[in-house]
Amino acid sequence: MQVNETFKPTVVAFCCNWCSYAGADLAGTNRLQYPADVKIIRIPCSCRLNPLFILRAFQRGADGVILCGCHPGDCHYTTGNYYARRRMTLLFSMLDYLGIERERTRVEWVSAAEGAKFAETMNDFVETVTRLGENRRLEDLRCKSE
Amino acid sequence: MQERIKAKAIELLESGVCGRVLGWKTGEFFYDVTPAVFESREEIERDFVFGPFCGANLSKYLIAESRKGGKVGAFLKPCDTYSFQQLQKEHRILPENVYAVGVQCGGMCDIDAIRAAGIKGVLDVEEQGDSLLVHTLYGDKSLDRAAALSERCRVCKSKKILGCAELIGEQGEEQPSARFEQVAELEAMTPEERFAFWRGELSRCIRCNACRNVCPACSCEKCVFDNPSSGAENKAPANSFEENLFHIIRAFHVAGRCTDCGECSRVCPQHIPLHLLNRKFIKDINELYGPYQAGADMDAKPPLVNFQADDPEPSVVRERGTNP
Repeated sequence: MQVNETFKPTVVAFCCNWCSYAGADLAGTNRLQYPADVKIIRIPCSCRLNPLFILRAFQRGADGVILCGCHPGDCHYTTGNYYARRRMTLLFSMLDYLGIERERTRVEWVSAAEGAKFAETMNDFVETVTRLGENRRLEDLRCKSE
Repeated sequence: MQERIKAKAIELLESGVCGRVLGWKTGEFFYDVTPAVFESREEIERDFVFGPFCGANLSKYLIAESRKGGKVGAFLKPCDTYSFQQLQKEHRILPENVYAVGVQCGGMCDIDAIRAAGIKGVLDVEEQGDSLLVHTLYGDKSLDRAAALSERCRVCKSKKILGCAELIGEQGEEQPSARFEQVAELEAMTPEERFAFWRGELSRCIRCNACRNVCPACSCEKCVFDNPSSGAENKAPANSFEENLFHIIRAFHVAGRCTDCGECSRVCPQHIPLHLLNRKFIKDINELYGPYQAGADMDAKPPLVNFQADDPEPSVVRERGTNP
């Protein structure tokens, strides 16, 4: 175990293929800085995000999970993100109800043109998660490497 | 009531309306009443019971029974009829193979509530109007029925019988209920307190899967929790994650479809208040997307397969509440 090392969170960002993943690309091509702690997972639509994926991410060591999708009304599949919005609202509310820190999960709508917003969101989210520290309440000891 | 139901069951069989009848019979103990299929007059006369411990919701059994060929009769209490309608809506029950008889219910009792009222050595319980006559090893005792009710019946949301071919007893109405009070109390706690509360409850889970197996809404033929590589197929020793994952996902999978029949809490051998998870979803749905009662309306669109352009953003969860 390493001592005196500053805490580096693991953040999983689920990005929809059509808007947010392209937004992340734009942030990259524009050379906007955002923390390398963000692991991006591309999904076909924000609606593809099974609530189980979020819990799985926490199980495998994520300290925060963020979902990025097209702005409501702009979904590539017309309505996918509206369904995702309801599901995520209920899931986040349930996590909060079980006493899991409500700042560990977030949904942001990022379009393909919003590279700056993507970088800004990730900076902000990583900072929030770093402040919260390690995910203790939803960790799986079987998945810890130490 | 029991005699009327038995007579009706026999009538259904003998008139040829149904080939078999779904009802209740006593299990190992008098308070341990289990669902059963009756095929003859003799069986009904011998075994059929309807009393204060017939809590089991028969709707789930209709999924399989309605597919076995022939018509099946079923006796459904008001809360069972909500599940019955919900399952028809999901095309799980084939309504043409079911002859449903609605049975009015005075609230189902919980043997633990009777014991908690200080009555020991219970041998049998008899209904006497609004009170219960409890036969014990130490003589007979009388107990108010309200004191013996299970939690879900104390906060009964509706006595209305839906979608049944005929009724035994009076048709009831929806009624105001305090069923969200406990959820609100939990919401008012700090996250630390809530976490401690749920750890205390969920850590008792032995993963017997009874809550899943009894739930009328949990009727998938393939279940995510039966997948041996899911990492959540059985109890993980010395680890809290598996319990959290199982219970969050179990509740989430029935969100918007749960009729709040309370079977999950009834069957839990560890007495985990699982209904509090389901009610949280129901409460959130009611508050965020407008009142919705699963199973009440055959045409209403379930909230999770529906949306409004101006639905609240998921950030409402972060923004609301007094907790930091």
